[in-house]
Amino acid sequence: MDKILVGLKRVVDYNVRVRVRSDGSGVETDGVKMSINPFDEIALEEALRIRDRGDASEVIVVSIGSSDAQQQLRTGLAMGADRAILVESAESVDPLTVARVFMSLIERETADLVLLGKQAIDGDNSQTGQMLAALWGRPQATFASKLDIEGSTATVTREIDSGLEIVEVDLPAVVTVDLRMNEPRYVKLPDIMKAKKKPLDMLALNELNVEQAAAIREVRFEPPSEREKGVIVDDVASLVTALKDKGLL
Amino acid sequence: MSKVLIVAEHADGKANPSTAKCVACAAGIPEAEIHVVVLSDNSEAVANEIATLSSVSKVIRVDRPDNENQLAAVLAPQVAAMAEGYTHIFGPSTTFGRDLMPRIAALLGVNQVSDIMEVLGSHSFKRPVYAGNAIATVEAPTGLVVVATVRAASYRAVSSDAGAPVESVDTAADIPDHSRFIELQAGSSDRPDLQTAATVVSGGRALGSAENFDLIYKLADALGAGVGASRAAVDAGYVPNELQVGQTGKIIAPELYIAIGISGAIQHLTGIKDAGTIVAINKDGEAPIFEVADIGLVGDLFAIVPELQEAVS
Repeated sequence: MDKILVGLKRVVDYNVRVRVRSDGSGVETDGVKMSINPFDEIALEEALRIRDRGDASEVIVVSIGSSDAQQQLRTGLAMGADRAILVESAESVDPLTVARVFMSLIERETADLVLLGKQAIDGDNSQTGQMLAALWGRPQATFASKLDIEGSTATVTREIDSGLEIVEVDLPAVVTVDLRMNEPRYVKLPDIMKAKKKPLDMLALNELNVEQAAAIREVRFEPPSEREKGVIVDDVASLVTALKDKGLL
Repeated sequence: MSKVLIVAEHADGKANPSTAKCVACAAGIPEAEIHVVVLSDNSEAVANEIATLSSVSKVIRVDRPDNENQLAAVLAPQVAAMAEGYTHIFGPSTTFGRDLMPRIAALLGVNQVSDIMEVLGSHSFKRPVYAGNAIATVEAPTGLVVVATVRAASYRAVSSDAGAPVESVDTAADIPDHSRFIELQAGSSDRPDLQTAATVVSGGRALGSAENFDLIYKLADALGAGVGASRAAVDAGYVPNELQVGQTGKIIAPELYIAIGISGAIQHLTGIKDAGTIVAINKDGEAPIFEVADIGLVGDLFAIVPELQEAVS
């Protein structure tokens, strides 16, 4: 296999306790730590392992968004990606348009495999990989926890509601990864220095001749409703009584 | 008027309970006419079951051998081919629906509304974002078909006392052969299904080992409950992945949820916030799980759980 494309989305770090802005216009992002979407980081780790065992020649990391996403691409390069592409857009980009951007990059780069996180932890949409596979007319293996490549086929273990589903797909294909696929490597300082010299191409979204899809518009945000404060009981007998009082036992 | 097509999830000749919850969601759309499509290699039993759901005005059967394994790449073109005339196409936000529906949406050239938790109007919905830390009100573009997944835990299944007509159709869609099902590795269990059980008992990392997790199974059996687990317990290998409750596992809404040795990471809490009553048993009184628990008991689970099992047996 020649090239693997990996998507890296810049999102609010998963350790940040997200707060809705008081005017309901969104969530607080000022001064908040931003990181690579954790599922995307796992996708990149998998791509690097595939390349390092000789099953692919090049790993290209791609981000679509503001120029700040260069930070996340540099981190991806420091992890070991060969080069990076940033498709710049000042506005946030909807999943279908992101899929169309990937489609256009696939045509430029002739990629054999696209590895993405199963969802981004900001919008929690879980759409892009499936949409890309549809536009490409190629297989999708979503929520993957194991990926084996042999020649022109991939065998994928998928974490689904009823257990583990094993599917076999012809390449090229889109695979979206789940948490248990691997543990991403830590980036070392010399790798960060080396990453500064690796190529990072910047493209404007409108250079790619991609039709923008009609977005699902987010008009208002609110905090989730809180549950009422509960009681602490002292022992099992009181717990059983409390459950009986509620008619639950 | 709105015309809604729901893609049924099913297995082993039975409808998944999420289908009846999708119907409940769709019934919230003003003046909706609701059809359900069953794609299968043999849909008769499932179609007849779904025909009894109230609010459903027609069940459509699409039978072909390729549909046996419910692969998204196989099903999506068939649904897309029958989309004309529908204003909405809904599926459950289970792994089945989350895999399939975006593929349908892309074939139809639209974005998807993921995880509807409330219908505000024909094109206006509420959905959770940031692992449930914020609720977004979203508007889908008018004039385009609305493809969406429904957060099943936000809805109660419609009753099954009706009798809609069932019709069979053929789809002319091109079916790809690039994706093949190999096998499903599923733990067999006589316990109630995690996603539909009235009571669920879950264990966390504090159990310490797969052997100790027996305590959870025994308590669950004494209560007739389903069994769940935190991500930490799954990652540690105590239980298989399909037991994971939370944002990246199953989102559930049992009447009674008992969390044992689970600290309550936000992604776990997201999966249980619709539960009726939450009981937390944990030795750390400061654990976040106590912020959402209706009844908390601070102490050593290895002493408490056997005692509780004894008391409810």
